[in-house]
Amino acid sequence: MYMEEITKLICITCPKGCTLEVQRDGDTVLKVEQGCKRGHEYARRELVDPRRMISSTVKITGGEHPLLPVYTADAFPKPRIPDLMTALRKLGVKAPIRMNQVVLADALGTGINILASRDMPKLSR
Amino acid sequence: MDSYDVIIIGGGVVGCMTARTLSRYTLRVLLIDQEADIGMGASSANSAIVHAGYDPLPGTLKAKMNVAANPLWDALAGELNFPFERRGDYVVAVGPGELARLDKLLEQGKANGVPGMHTISADEMRHREPNITPDTSGALWAPTGGICDPFAVTIAAAENALQNGVTLKLDTAFTGFIIEGKKITGIHTSHGDFGCRWVVNAAGMYADEVMHQAGVRPEFQITARRGEYAILDRAEITISNVLFPVPSNISKGILVTATLHGNTLVGPNAENLPDKEEHSVSPGGMAELWEGAKRLIPSLQPRHTIAVFAGLRASGNAACATPGVDYGHDFVIEIPREVEGLVNLGGIESPGLTAAPAIALRVVELLKDAGEKLTEKHDFQPIRPARPIFRHLTHDEQASLIRRDSRYGRVVCRCELVTEGEIMAEIHGPIPATTYDAIKRRTWLGTGRCLGGFDMPRVVDILSRELKIPPETVTKKGPGSEFLIRSTKDVEVADAH
Amino acid sequence: MPIKEKYDVVVIGSGPGGLAAAIEAKKNGAEDVLIIERDVEPGGILLQCIHSGFGLEVFGKDMPGPAYAQHFISDALTAGIELLLDTMVIDITPGRRIFACGKHGGLIDIQARALVLSMGCRERTRAQIRLPGTRPAGVYTAGTAQRWVNVEGYMPGRNFVILGSGDIGMIMARRLTLEGAKVEQVLEVMPYLTGLTRNYVQCLMDFGIPLHLSHTVNRIIGNKRVEAIESIQVDERWQPVPGTAQVVPCDTLLLSVGLIPENELSRKAGVKIDPITAGPWVDDGFETNVPGIFAAGNVVHVYDLVDWVTEAGYAAGRSAAQFALREREKERRHIPMIAGLNVRYIVPQAIDKENLKEGDIRLQLRVTQPLEKLVWIEISDGENSITRKRAPYARPGEIITLTIPQRAYDQVAKAGQLRVDVTKR
Repeated sequence: MYMEEITKLICITCPKGCTLEVQRDGDTVLKVEQGCKRGHEYARRELVDPRRMISSTVKITGGEHPLLPVYTADAFPKPRIPDLMTALRKLGVKAPIRMNQVVLADALGTGINILASRDMPKLSR
Repeated sequence: MDSYDVIIIGGGVVGCMTARTLSRYTLRVLLIDQEADIGMGASSANSAIVHAGYDPLPGTLKAKMNVAANPLWDALAGELNFPFERRGDYVVAVGPGELARLDKLLEQGKANGVPGMHTISADEMRHREPNITPDTSGALWAPTGGICDPFAVTIAAAENALQNGVTLKLDTAFTGFIIEGKKITGIHTSHGDFGCRWVVNAAGMYADEVMHQAGVRPEFQITARRGEYAILDRAEITISNVLFPVPSNISKGILVTATLHGNTLVGPNAENLPDKEEHSVSPGGMAELWEGAKRLIPSLQPRHTIAVFAGLRASGNAACATPGVDYGHDFVIEIPREVEGLVNLGGIESPGLTAAPAIALRVVELLKDAGEKLTEKHDFQPIRPARPIFRHLTHDEQASLIRRDSRYGRVVCRCELVTEGEIMAEIHGPIPATTYDAIKRRTWLGTGRCLGGFDMPRVVDILSRELKIPPETVTKKGPGSEFLIRSTKDVEVADAH
Repeated sequence: MPIKEKYDVVVIGSGPGGLAAAIEAKKNGAEDVLIIERDVEPGGILLQCIHSGFGLEVFGKDMPGPAYAQHFISDALTAGIELLLDTMVIDITPGRRIFACGKHGGLIDIQARALVLSMGCRERTRAQIRLPGTRPAGVYTAGTAQRWVNVEGYMPGRNFVILGSGDIGMIMARRLTLEGAKVEQVLEVMPYLTGLTRNYVQCLMDFGIPLHLSHTVNRIIGNKRVEAIESIQVDERWQPVPGTAQVVPCDTLLLSVGLIPENELSRKAGVKIDPITAGPWVDDGFETNVPGIFAAGNVVHVYDLVDWVTEAGYAAGRSAAQFALREREKERRHIPMIAGLNVRYIVPQAIDKENLKEGDIRLQLRVTQPLEKLVWIEISDGENSITRKRAPYARPGEIITLTIPQRAYDQVAKAGQLRVDVTKR
């Protein structure tokens, strides 16, 4: 016999925020009730390898503002987010920057790039 | 030790008006205030009314000073270039029972020498103020009442005083008198000692503590009486009149008045407080305000509020000196006998703003009576030059102003249309504005619907640039009230978590 | 590029609503389109909304706010839309005359054939929720804090309490925590979350930030800077429950208590405002009650998704372009009548040349000086005569009637203006 647990999880994939009921045995997901296909994928991952899309800023020189908004190209491993923030805090880039330019490749060895969220042209003055 | 002829303690409207009036004469005058800016006490948190003078009891100094000062306001506004309008005011009776008290007020006004007053019918009141309560039974009309911008009055007087040679020291707190025998020869302050022949005590909330240091009127106490106010959005309701309720024994009541910015002001209530520094607005106080205000204008909605604030009245306990007049909260305006060299002003609450010009003149009279030879300056400049107010100009005038100085083209406060040019003029003005609130008092920036939401980051940026200080040191109202803590990417602090 | 005196479509605000309206207006035949933006760069509020969640419907992809804006900004520039930055519109008239000023351009005075209002929203303030207490530094609306943290590069505090569980409040809770601040708690006066549940998970739960429903701030404590707030539980009528007051030490209170459409300018132009939305009354073409003035985006009502703002912007832009083209057509058809030699005035002052196709057009005029001689009364296009008639005299006290004949259509149609002269024969 195995031990079944039912964990309730709020799905964050889309704005609906469905409450998923996850039947699991330890780390193994047996079944997911409620939600859609993307939600079920989220549920499976969330229990063993929770990830989040993260947005932040990095310092930039030569542009209109001192900060450039950036974002993770893919959902980033949740436990490593504090280290990511530290890495981003230490980073500095120079204008001009184009949207989706890679500002930090393979962040913390995760294979996930950090991309610029916008253009930031070089200021002429 | 620097020496002056006269030192004025307190840069509120009374102190500044007195400084301005004294600056006509060849006297060396020093004006000190313990705060970082002038007018930070009651002078910037009141109803902004220039009272007609029917409310104070006949025979009191309050009545005399009010009625003497009222006619002076037009000339003063012209010379000092501050906003003032003689709109007249109404005391509105609600229900037939209050009509008798209107007649009594009318008599009182006549006894005080207030010109032009008469009662009007309920129909006429409804005609003059369409929003007035349908239960109005009539009103008292006093054409000599007016409204002003009280901080503008205070700073205009101070700037003109400076123009005419008065020295101003802010952040300078009076700590004691220097008395030789029975004569005051100077004062101690938080920034050193200063010599003088006369001290004018215009210390507002702290006037009692100042006079006690000279052994004067030990029984005189000032109690902080808080009055709370709300400002309503001019887009939601338009009141163009000054409306008082029939007064009670303790206060003029909660009025509803137009302001010179087109908004509606409601307040004040009255509550004695133990703490002279308690400036907060109370939950219960707001409820009181609405009850009182809706009695006069039922269509007022609390959700139209765009700002709330509280002012502290310096309420004194001096008995009226006129024989036969039973009143326990009169102005103190005197040269006391206990010590030489003190002009003592105390308990200047309503109608203090109105009375300020007359109180200043009375100070001059008292000095003359005491033997001071006052020689008028031949080069006294009565006019304080006005600075451009962008939103008051026509589009042609605005275009012309921007051509002269392009900084007037950058609008920083959207709601009140205050431009960078005006902000710069105040940062580099005769009494420089070095904090957000100081700029706000001078320009009305940040007082509109968004309450600074749009302009705050821009003003912090401008102050940082102009004062050449890091943005983290820009304050709302002096050290300890910085807006920003650090830059977002400050590595050390962030990683300390 | 120098600013023209007249534009087909002028758009106020370069946020998602304004950008979409401008782009769609261009696509639908508007020749000159100008966007006036008060900030130094286009994008509106999206520039500071650096989090993802934008574009799922319009682009099929979830992207951060600045990226969403970037797509439209690039499209707008490619389409030849003019962008006037760092310029604040200070007045608009019902006749669509616009006054705006900026440090670099001075005061500009331009005419729009069609005007699109997209000024977005402002945030509800502490005064509007009548929050009692002192007024120290450290009380900010969430949007102002967001501007500082994400754009200008400053943290406005160390320890935060956030009032309001709307999305902006929750998103700022996460943002501040990621940048090293401590968010003590989030208070919500309603008994339920007012923002998206997904944000509750990824902004509050993920960071262990407590949410207290049916709670609000009873008063603010602190003289120069916030030192604490007093939180209190409320009942279903928002009345404080006695005995539940708690002092929460913090140095910043962030208010996320609602957005209000920003319609000061709209009012100046006589646009009717719906008291419930606080935005202009609009029809399905997003035209307001004032002909030729349209509105798009959060200025109309607060949208849930920026994608819907874009849709609304497209609709408004399309309608605005159509209106502008009709105006152009009217102008093309209108020919001014110029009072020439010895003519004091002519009525009508302008004619619609297409009406000449249907029949003659009658003019009436008066002369300035009497001529007791034979006179010619002549209509010309300035060079060529169109028609003329004889009269025995011309007197100021007697109206002279003149007709532009239908057969003159071809000549008149080519004329920029017509003039009438009264001369001696």
